[in-house]
Amino acid sequence: MIYLDNAATTLHKPPQVIQAVAAAMSSMGNAGRGAHGVSLSAARVVYDARCKAAELFGCPRPDHVIFTANATESLNIAINGLFGPGDHVISTDLEHNSVLRPLYRLERERGVAVSFVPADRKGNIDYDDFARLLRPETKAVVCTHASNLTGNMLDLARIGRFTKEHGLLLVADCSQTAGCVPIDMTALGVDVLCFTGHKGLMGPQGTGGLCVRPGVEIRPWKVGGSGVQSYSTAQPEEYPTRLEAGTANGHGLAGLDAALEFLLRTGVDAVHAKEKALMRRFYEGVRAVEGVTVYGDFDAADRAAIVTLNVWDCDSGEISDILAEEYAIATRPGAHCAPRMHQALGTVEQGAVRFSFSWYNTEQEADAAVEAIRTLAAETGPES
Amino acid sequence: MRTKELKLVVTFHTTADAMAMEKCCKEREVPGRMIPVPRAISAGCGLAWCAPLDSEQQVRAVMDQVGLRAEAMHQCMV
Repeated sequence: MIYLDNAATTLHKPPQVIQAVAAAMSSMGNAGRGAHGVSLSAARVVYDARCKAAELFGCPRPDHVIFTANATESLNIAINGLFGPGDHVISTDLEHNSVLRPLYRLERERGVAVSFVPADRKGNIDYDDFARLLRPETKAVVCTHASNLTGNMLDLARIGRFTKEHGLLLVADCSQTAGCVPIDMTALGVDVLCFTGHKGLMGPQGTGGLCVRPGVEIRPWKVGGSGVQSYSTAQPEEYPTRLEAGTANGHGLAGLDAALEFLLRTGVDAVHAKEKALMRRFYEGVRAVEGVTVYGDFDAADRAAIVTLNVWDCDSGEISDILAEEYAIATRPGAHCAPRMHQALGTVEQGAVRFSFSWYNTEQEADAAVEAIRTLAAETGPES
Repeated sequence: MRTKELKLVVTFHTTADAMAMEKCCKEREVPGRMIPVPRAISAGCGLAWCAPLDSEQQVRAVMDQVGLRAEAMHQCMV
């Protein structure tokens, strides 16, 4: 099987990730709950993962790396913990439902106003729109680093300069870029960086987190066991404990720790270069095929390793199903939880077929996918 | 030219229900397979059970037996 659905989750992980999870399941106690050997060994692994994540993302303090189950949980913690009645937030059409639905809910239930920077038919935004949408009560920009549909990247450095200039927070959804694209949150001016562990980081599902700039105060939505200050009626205020009530996914974090180690050794630059080369090879192979429409901006300086397309006016689900059944190529059709992006591209009815590449894909796999699309385009066209 | 056939397509409210359908049909050797929900039915994504048209009675019987509720049953070209 050729797996090209890495934007949903990476299927192939470094072998040491799998070994680390298996080892943890027979050796790790509960991190931060007791001082016996296996509890301490778990706490050391989790702390090690914090240090590595801080290093990878340019987070100034390891204790400001908070672990969660996924990017959706991280974004919910950030969005619900930062904004309240009367606040205004600016977001974009590129967002995934993990940003959109928490914002929509705050709009409905807590009197938070939300404005969206529109995207054009290429999936690009006009950065001057941030200034146009600015209000006295604007508190933050919440935006993705790269669209999970088109792969188009937003210029976080440019948005970071805007948010700093106006005293706003910048919350970045790095679901599609963490581990795939070099990120230094401090240099970019990101205040809260949300990531998931199971995509570009190549860790286990059920791991993720947020990196919080020191000085940013996020209210916890979940309180409970912390292993410290047990007679206090309130959740401890210190990060990461403030946002990590309950037993952590220690076994998963052991895998994430190994994945972070792999990435730090390999270099995210090298990962990005390889994934982009595969993406470009596939794009060049399909872009001129009659009947194929590719979405997104491939002239931009940088982008995530995603190519999303349609074949004639075929149902994207049908094309993806044929790719899976007849060519053993795994892709993702439909809406990709990105409704505003599909509206901007004009693909709500048809959806689109997304091909997303990872460190473990090969040129032969990209070429096989090109060949499959060429054949399908010929078979499904008006002349056929 | 690819050929299509008129098929029975059953959609569900949740992925959990769709997976229950697949499990129950497999256990009872009722033919069919999971497909992405055709866009003609809904743009909202998800999985659907796709089966031969003449299996409708069997499909309905399975759902009755296990208490599964479909979102809708369609006939469409797949």
